[in-house]
Amino acid sequence: MRYAMAVDTKKCVGCSDCVVACQTENNVPIGYCRDWIVEVTTGTYPQLSLEIRSERCNHCANAPCVRTCPTEASHYAAGGIVLVEESECIGCKACITSCPYDARFIHPEGYIDKCTFCIHRVEKGQKPACVAVCPTHAMVFGELDDPNSDISKEMATRKWKSLIPEAGTDPKVFYLI
Amino acid sequence: MIEEIITSGRMNPEIDPMLHVWGWEIPFYLFLGGLSAGILIFSAYFTLRNRQDELPIAVKWMPIAVPFLIGIGLISLLLDLSHVLYAWQLFTNIRWESPMSWGAWTLMIITPLSIAWVAIWLEDIFPKWDWKFDEVKATIRWLKEYRRTMAQILILLSIILGMYTGILLSAFNARPFWNTSILGPLFLTSGLSASAALISFFSKTEVEKRLFTRIDIILIGIELFMIIHLFMGHLAGTQVHIQAAHMFLGGAYTVPFWVFVVGLGLLLPVFLEILELKHKFVPAIVPMVLVVAGNLMLRFIVVSAGQASRWLY
Ligand code: SF4
Ligand code: SF4
Repeated sequence: MRYAMAVDTKKCVGCSDCVVACQTENNVPIGYCRDWIVEVTTGTYPQLSLEIRSERCNHCANAPCVRTCPTEASHYAAGGIVLVEESECIGCKACITSCPYDARFIHPEGYIDKCTFCIHRVEKGQKPACVAVCPTHAMVFGELDDPNSDISKEMATRKWKSLIPEAGTDPKVFYLI
Repeated sequence: MIEEIITSGRMNPEIDPMLHVWGWEIPFYLFLGGLSAGILIFSAYFTLRNRQDELPIAVKWMPIAVPFLIGIGLISLLLDLSHVLYAWQLFTNIRWESPMSWGAWTLMIITPLSIAWVAIWLEDIFPKWDWKFDEVKATIRWLKEYRRTMAQILILLSIILGMYTGILLSAFNARPFWNTSILGPLFLTSGLSASAALISFFSKTEVEKRLFTRIDIILIGIELFMIIHLFMGHLAGTQVHIQAAHMFLGGAYTVPFWVFVVGLGLLLPVFLEILELKHKFVPAIVPMVLVVAGNLMLRFIVVSAGQASRWLY
């Protein structure tokens, strides 16, 4: 089993509903976020093109944050989801410096926090909060190994990319382009 | 010209707009770790060469500082941990892939060993020293029999410790400036150089002073070579490595690095040490302070620059 997410850059309008939904669902402290919006403008006026992405932890299959963690607080859970076990985290921040996407942050209580793919919802058969709330249905979540899952179908028919694959992290959040 | 403008809505404290999760604690800890490694390597090496009576400062006196240096280093490491009450989790398992993990274990073994190492020399340097209890006396006698074995283990562990202070950083490929394997040997060499400078400053005899001044000159030469190598490697690397190198070649770190670390921390002291060997008068404290301060600066700058360098996407 291998969970993954695909974000459709052609549908995302950058409304930040996913950001707010995540903050509410996961009790993210004020001033912090586990997912965020990135806008990339390319070209020269008047020939401009805009790509909008909802980004989060990529739940990398070769995750440097898991590799450099001295305590196994950062670990792979079911479906390859990368999680942090609060009670094992010493707050050394090795995982933060090893994530090329800067997807992690220091929770005000001291341990390290980041996107969990809403594992508590996924376990109940629900979609992650960001996916569920998106008004343009720009995100799909599901099992990559199952050819009939929504995400496998999208990825089979669309062009896609992942972020800095050359960093060797084998990211599992994809962007439909 | 095609331009690319990236706007991110993320504003996590200490992460954005520029990563700054490691402040003064980590570079200070790396500095003390390197210095302790250097002192122990010299002491153990010259014990194996049977030169303890000829080089008393290097072999018998300087190691006394090591348990204190390591202690202060560990305190500053603990100060850095944001979830410090769980620090004991470090010692619930060994994770070979994580330098933070095997570094912590190396320190765990080297600390008691360095205390034992200091203990076996105490009667030599303080003739009136009395261990009082027979059990302690017997233990020290027993340890002295294994002095050579201890020295060999110490050299091995200290090399690991000195290298680790650099490998801790070079293991992070997410920060292009750190991502070069030369950091391990560079930090080991600079730790050795700082300890050679300190030994030469404290030594009472001409033989010891001149020997460690010569050693320091050679070490600084190696360091300069490694620094050139570091930039050659980055400039021949990928775009992100080239950008990282440019932070030092015209960017924000140019003056602090080339003036303070290379100029005042390496070139000037090496020049003064050469003058010293030629029997010109140089106040001994000057090259020592310059080398030690340059050493500390090197770590602060490398830790800070690494966090400022990143992948762009
Ligand atoms: S995106 Fe960062 S935090 Fe998430 S799994 Fe990859 S390296 Fe770890
Ligand atoms: S901060 Fe916590 S999760 Fe991150 S590497 Fe250290 S112990 Fe592991």
